[in-house]
Amino acid sequence: MQPIIVIGFLNNMKVLIEIAYALYMGFYTTLKNLFRGPFTEEYPEYKRPLPARSRAQIILTSDPDGQERCVACYLCSAVCPVDCISMQAAEADSGRRYAKWFRINFGRCIFCGLCEEACPTSAIQLTPFFENSKRDILKMVYEKADLQVDHCGKDKNYNFYAYAGIVTKSAGKGEHVKEEKPVDVRTNMP
Amino acid sequence: MWLWTLGYFILMAKITLVLTVVLLLAAYLVLVERKLLGRFQARIGPNRAGIFGILQPIADGIKLLVKEDVVLDGAERGIFQLAPVIVASMALLTFAIIPFGKPIIIGGHEIPMVISDINVGLLYAFALTSLSVYGVALGGWASNSKYALLGGIRGAAQMISYELALGLSIVPVVMMAGSFSLVEIVNAQAKWPFIIVQPLAFIIFFISALAESKRIPFDMPEAEAELGAGYHIEYSGMRFGLFFLGEYVQMQVLGALIAVFFLGGWRGPFLPGPIWLLIKIIGFSIIMVWIRATLPRFRYDQLMTLGWKILIPAALINIVITGVFIVAF
Repeated sequence: MQPIIVIGFLNNMKVLIEIAYALYMGFYTTLKNLFRGPFTEEYPEYKRPLPARSRAQIILTSDPDGQERCVACYLCSAVCPVDCISMQAAEADSGRRYAKWFRINFGRCIFCGLCEEACPTSAIQLTPFFENSKRDILKMVYEKADLQVDHCGKDKNYNFYAYAGIVTKSAGKGEHVKEEKPVDVRTNMP
Repeated sequence: MWLWTLGYFILMAKITLVLTVVLLLAAYLVLVERKLLGRFQARIGPNRAGIFGILQPIADGIKLLVKEDVVLDGAERGIFQLAPVIVASMALLTFAIIPFGKPIIIGGHEIPMVISDINVGLLYAFALTSLSVYGVALGGWASNSKYALLGGIRGAAQMISYELALGLSIVPVVMMAGSFSLVEIVNAQAKWPFIIVQPLAFIIFFISALAESKRIPFDMPEAEAELGAGYHIEYSGMRFGLFFLGEYVQMQVLGALIAVFFLGGWRGPFLPGPIWLLIKIIGFSIIMVWIRATLPRFRYDQLMTLGWKILIPAALINIVITGVFIVAF
């Protein structure tokens, strides 16, 4: 027999063996998966605990002492890419600013979290609760009463008015955290 | 006269039985396939409608029945409406010749456990399976849509590549059984099933049957990745349902034909005949699901190469060898 024919025959056998091996591996892999059991988490029965920072339903949080954090600065409204936040500012007798009304249209909200980043007082926060779909689109518009909660959310200790240096009934000039008493500038003269 | 009437009722009873089993099995094969495919992919599969999704086929059926049956403005109306009927009825008609058990004897009369024992049953089976391609090609053409047309053309191209190998691979079985009748072929396997003496014919027939069923890896007419849904892309409602039903009945037909030609039909130890036939059909269907879960789709030139350059020569050689053996021994 010619050596070339032998080599050709051996090469063909090699290809055939490769094909057979590839088929075997393919069928073996799928069969292995058949007995591995499903990875599926069945949603309504099992709800995977979501990370605290996952972004869904928006809330307005309160100070550690229980007062509203929101000072109605309009920063969230300004940064919102879909213009779903609107409010009107007002000032209480105590000197604190607050939102007279505050409205988020969740029909528009894309849960981007930019409002949370913009907020100077940690008032507006996103929570992991995402099951907020509704059959009536008008019910997707949340008013302040629907948004306001009486806890601090993710930022447990921050109290804007304790640091801000703004005179309110609770703290006057020089009475805030890390703030010194006002100095009479004339005493600095030589 | 009364004997004729009795025979008529027995025939009707047999037809009812076979149709019920075949249609129920077709509905539940869909569920079995979805469940198994899920498991092959480490998913669960449908489990919402009833326990283990046992009501899923019924829910699907109701959905398909109440959906609007859209006939496109540009479609060739009559042919468009006829095509799914061809596919489904050709698949169902094939079951007329599948023997499903030992003949029972009641009052001295032998009642054969087959709807119709045609003496050219094998040719009848191949005629019907080939005719069902008309449903695909005509449906694709009549839809007046480029994807459907491509699907239909592929269906026809696929048919000419596997049909010859399908027919030739069975010739050794006919030579050994000495008959075209499916009942006789099953009887010829009383000692041993033909798969033992004809493994090559079995492999050729199996591959051709996969191509015949138009399922992965030979689902070029459907090819949801390239053609949307291929030949039935424009169908909706129960007309789509008929194509779907036809596909699953075709799976059973091919399972039954493989059982009859190579695995001894209804013959098997311990259990009664119909149960054995069902086991073989379901086993074949499960293997088809496994293949679907494993292999990617062929191109249709690859199928033609496979059919014309490998399967047909192999089948011809097999015929010659079988002939030599039959003459020699």
